Amino acid sequence: MTLQSDLTAEARDLLPPRFQDWFLSRGWMPRPHQIDLLRKARDGRPVLLIAPTGAGKTLAGFLPSLVDLAARGRRRPGTAAPGLHTLYVSPLKALAVDIARNLEAPISEMGLPITIETRTGDTSAHKRQRQKIAPPDILMTTPEQVALLIASREADRLFGNLKTVIFDELHALVTSKRGDLLSLGLARLRRLSPDLRTIGLSATVAEPDALRAWLVPQNAGADRPGANDLPMADRVTAPAGSDPNIRILTSDERIPWSGHSARYALGEVYEAIKAHRTTLVFVNTRSQAEMIFQSLWRINEDGLPIALHHGSLDVAQRRRVEAAMVDNALRAVVCTSTLDLGIDWGDVDLVVHVGAPKGASRLAQRIGRSNHRFDEPSQAILVPANRFEVMECQAALDANYLHAQDTPPIRAGALDVLAQHVLGMAVAAPFEEDALYAEIIAAYPYRTLDRTTFDQVLSFVATGGYALKTYERYAKIRKTVDGTWRISHPTIAQQYRLNIGTIVEAPMLKVRLVGRNRPGPIRGGRILGQMEEYFVETMAPGDTFLFAGEVVRFETIQETEVIVTRSNDTEPRIPSYMGGKFPLSTYLADRVRGMLADPAEWAKLPAQVAEWLQIQRLRSVLPGPHELLVETFPRGSRYYLVAYPFEGRLAHQTLGMLLTRRLERARARPIGFVATDYAIAVWGLSDLSLRFRQKSPAIDDLFSEDMLGDDLEAWLDESFLLKRTFRYCALIAGLIEKRHPGKEKTGRQMTVSSDLIYDVLRQHEPDHVLLQATRADAGSGLLDIHRLGEMLSRISGRIVHKDLDTISPLAVPIMLEIGKEPVFGEAGDAILAEAADDLIEEAMGAGHGG
Amino acid sequence: MRGTAVEKDAEIAVPRTDSDRASVAGEDLVLDPGGVMVWPEQEVLVVADLHLEKGSAHAERRIFLPPYDTAATLAVLARAVMRYAPRAVICLGDSFHDRRAESRLCDADRESILALQAGRDWFWVSGNHDPVAPAALGGRACDELAIGPFTFRHEPRNEPAHGEIAGHLHPAGKVRRRGRSVRRRCFATDGTRLVMPAFGAYTGGLNVLDEAWQNVFSGRRFTAHLLGEDRVYPILGRHLLRD
Repeated sequence: MTLQSDLTAEARDLLPPRFQDWFLSRGWMPRPHQIDLLRKARDGRPVLLIAPTGAGKTLAGFLPSLVDLAARGRRRPGTAAPGLHTLYVSPLKALAVDIARNLEAPISEMGLPITIETRTGDTSAHKRQRQKIAPPDILMTTPEQVALLIASREADRLFGNLKTVIFDELHALVTSKRGDLLSLGLARLRRLSPDLRTIGLSATVAEPDALRAWLVPQNAGADRPGANDLPMADRVTAPAGSDPNIRILTSDERIPWSGHSARYALGEVYEAIKAHRTTLVFVNTRSQAEMIFQSLWRINEDGLPIALHHGSLDVAQRRRVEAAMVDNALRAVVCTSTLDLGIDWGDVDLVVHVGAPKGASRLAQRIGRSNHRFDEPSQAILVPANRFEVMECQAALDANYLHAQDTPPIRAGALDVLAQHVLGMAVAAPFEEDALYAEIIAAYPYRTLDRTTFDQVLSFVATGGYALKTYERYAKIRKTVDGTWRISHPTIAQQYRLNIGTIVEAPMLKVRLVGRNRPGPIRGGRILGQMEEYFVETMAPGDTFLFAGEVVRFETIQETEVIVTRSNDTEPRIPSYMGGKFPLSTYLADRVRGMLADPAEWAKLPAQVAEWLQIQRLRSVLPGPHELLVETFPRGSRYYLVAYPFEGRLAHQTLGMLLTRRLERARARPIGFVATDYAIAVWGLSDLSLRFRQKSPAIDDLFSEDMLGDDLEAWLDESFLLKRTFRYCALIAGLIEKRHPGKEKTGRQMTVSSDLIYDVLRQHEPDHVLLQATRADAGSGLLDIHRLGEMLSRISGRIVHKDLDTISPLAVPIMLEIGKEPVFGEAGDAILAEAADDLIEEAMGAGHGG
Repeated sequence: MRGTAVEKDAEIAVPRTDSDRASVAGEDLVLDPGGVMVWPEQEVLVVADLHLEKGSAHAERRIFLPPYDTAATLAVLARAVMRYAPRAVICLGDSFHDRRAESRLCDADRESILALQAGRDWFWVSGNHDPVAPAALGGRACDELAIGPFTFRHEPRNEPAHGEIAGHLHPAGKVRRRGRSVRRRCFATDGTRLVMPAFGAYTGGLNVLDEAWQNVFSGRRFTAHLLGEDRVYPILGRHLLRD
C-alpha cells in the first residue's frame, strides 16, 4: 500500500491531488523521470527522455500535458474551440492507436475533461474533416499526417495554441527521410505556435546529443547556417532495467557453414517455445520468416498456436495476429522488423532471435520486447544460422553487457524531401523565400543548408530547376508582385496531397491465391499479401516460392495482381526474396574482426567454431584486426579471390562491382561475384594468384582507394541501383507522380520511365539538384559508398595476400553461397548474348540427336 | 521434340552469322543497335516514333521532365545519319509527340533537324500523335510510302501485311537467364514484315507478347532483335517472356 506521505515533496508539489490519488490508488509511485519531466515542463524546457522499454516512457511524456489540461478545466459550451494542445507523433499507425487506448484509462479513471483522438491514413475522411474544425485536446498521429495538416488552410487555427509536441520512438524516426520531413514540419509548427515545447521519447542511442539538438530550433540569430553551437533540449535518462538474460543457443547439431535458415536449431527453438508462455521469434528478412514459420509448423506436434507477421502480409491478416497477441492467444509469433517498435504485445516472456542481429542496439530493442514488467530481466536466445553468425552473435552479446550502442547517425536532410516540403508550404499559404529559408535551417537536419542549394530546390519546385529555362510559363509556383510565392493553380494543392510522404515502396503487386485449372478469366480467390514488382519480374510461370506460410506456384500477372495456386512442392524453387536485410553494423564488424584476431576470445565460442578458426590458422592465416585478408585459389576450371572486409553486404556489393570492373580492365577475365555481410568472392577464368605475383595487377593497386574515383563514377552511371535510387528521389521530390487522382498505376506503366529521365538528365545536367539528392542517398544507402571508402583507407598498406592451392576453411561459407545468393556481374548484354547463342545452337542442330 | 520445333520455325526465322541483319520480304536490311533500320540497296534509313517534345508536353501538365529529350533524340539520330549517310530518311510517324510539338521546338533543335535534312530526301509519315505534317520544317509529308516491296506506314495492320515496315507499337522483348531478366527495345519481324523500335529518348516499350500484338504476327512465330550496347541480339518469339 502506498501512502500520500511516501511521495517526495517534489512529487506532491508537481502533481495535482487528483493525480497523486490516482497513482496511490493503483499502488504506484511516480517514477523519478516522470517527475523530472513535469519539472522541465513547468520550467518550459524542451526535453529528451531516454528510457528502455517498459519504463513508463509514454506516461512520462504525456503527464505534463494531462496536468496542464486538467488545470484548464472544462470548456464552456458555446466558446470557441482552443485548438490542439498536444500533438503526438509516432512512426507507426498502430502505435498511435495503441498509445491512445492506453491513455484513455488514466483519463477516465481521473475523470479528466480531456479529449484524445487518432488521425492516420485509416481515419475516415469525414472524421478528418471534423478534426480540422473541432480538434481534440490531444491528437495522436504520424509524420505524413503532420505534413498534410500543416499544408492545410486550417493550419493556423489548428496549431495556433499548440503547447506540446511529443515524438515517440524518436531514434527510429530521425534516421530516415520521414525524419527529415518531420523536422521541417516541426519548424513550421514552431512558426505557427512560437512557444511550443518538444518532448522526445527515445530508446538508448549512440549519439543522444544529435536527438537533443533535433528537438530545438537551430541557427537562431546566426548570420550563416551552422555558425553557432548546437542548442539542445535537456536530457532525462530513466534508469536501465535489469540486464537481460541472453544466451546463444548451443546445439548438439552441426552448426552450418553458410546459409540463413538455422534449420539445424529449430528443434531446440520449438522446445523453448513450449517452455514459455509467449515467444517472439525475430528474423531479419521476410523470406526467412516464411521459412522458419513453415519449418516450425512441420515439427509442431502439439499444434501450438504459432503465427506469422511480416510487412508483405495482407493488413487484415496482420491485424488478426496482433489482436491474438494482445489477448495472449498465441504461443509464438515469427516476425520481422514490423514488430520492432514499442507496441505493447501482451505477455511476451521470451525473445528468440534467429540469425545474427546485425546491430547491438537493434538487439537490445528487440530483447526489450520480452517482459514488459520492468523489474524482471528479459529472457532471450540468439540462434546463429552459420559460423560467422556465431561470432557476430557473441559480439552482440558482449556489446549488450557493455551497453554499447550502434544506432546510425542522423544524415544531412535530403533535398528531395525539402522539395516536397517547399511545395507543401506554398499549398498552405503564400510564402516569402527569405522567411522560408530561415524557417528551414532551424530544422536540425537542414541546419547547414546553404542558400544557393535552397534556391535550386525552390527553382526545381517552380519549373524543374533546369539550366534551360523553357518551362517558365507552366510554373507550379510563382513569385507574385507582392514578393510572395504562390501556387499557380488549385489543382496543384490536390496533386501535392496525393503525392505526400517519403515512404517510397518498391511498386507492389497483390498476391492472389486461386484454385487450380479453372478455365476462363481468373476471379475470386484470396489475397495473401503483396510483393515487390521487381521480384515478380524475375519469375516465370511455374516457379514456386514461399509466401504467407505456404508454397505457391506463380501462374501469371493479371492487371496488378500476381496470380498463384497452391503447390505440392516441399521445397520452393525460388529460395528467397530480398526486403528488410540490414547490413552488419560497423560496431559489430569491428568486434568480429577483433575476435577473429585474438585466439583468447575463442574460448567463448562453441568448440566447432573455435576448431574451424584453428584450422584456418594452420591452412591459411587469420588477419589482424586492422588487416584485410585476401585469399586466391583455383577450384574446378576457375580461379577465385576471397576477401574478408566484414563491412556488410551493401558495401561488399559495391566493392564487388568495382573489383570486377578493374579485373576486367586488367584482362583477368572475371565472371561474377557474390557478397555476404562478411566476405566477398570474385571468380574468373584467369589465374589470379599468378597475376598478383606478376603484379598484373598488384593486389594493393586492385584494392586502392582510387577505385572510388573514376571507376565508381563510370559504374554508377549505368548502375541499376542508382537508377532505382533516382526513381525514389524523383517520386519524393514530385518530379514524377506516385498516383493521379482516379488512376493508380504500377511502376512499369508510368508514362515516362524514370530510367529514361535519369539517362537524359545525367547527360545534359549532371549537377541537377535531383542528381545531387540521388548521389547523397547512394553514399549511405544501397551502395554504402561511405563505408567502403572508410574500409579502403583503413586497409591501405595492410593487405595480407595468401596464395593457396585450395579453398581455405574461412572461405567455405561464402563459396557455399555461390548459387544461392544472386550473382552479380556486368550482365545485361552478356545475358542477351547467351539467349541469342541458344537460338543459334538450336537452329544449327545442337538439339538434334544430341 | 526440340528438333521438330526448330524445323517448324526454320522457315520464318533463319539466324544469320551477322546478327545485325535481317531478311524482310526478300530484302536484306541492317538493324542498327541504336534503333534505326537501313535498307542498303536503296540507301534508305528508317526511324520510328521519335516523339519529339514529349518532355515539354508533360510540362503542360506541370510535370517537369528534363527539357533535353528532343536534343538527345536528335543527337543519336544525327550519329546514325552520319554513319550511314543515307540518300533518304523515312520517319515512320509519331515523330512529334503532339500537334503543338513543332511550335515548342527550340531554335537549336529546329536547326538540327534542318541540318539532318540537307542533301537528302526526308519523309514525314503521319502518325496518330502527329497527323498533320510540320509546317516550317523541310521534308515531304505522307500517310504511307511504297518503295519496292515495302509499304512504310505508322501503324501496323491487324492482318497479314507482306512488306510492311511500321512503328507505333514500341516493341520490347524480355529474356531471362540464370535468374536475371533483361528487357530491351527491339525490332520484331517474321520475315514478311517489320515493326521498328521506338527511337525517342522518352519512349518506353510494350512487350511483344502483349495482347496488342496478337494480330500482327501469328502466335510466337517471329524473331525479336533486342537492342544491345553495340549489336542487336536475335531471340525467337517463343524464347521471350511476358512482363
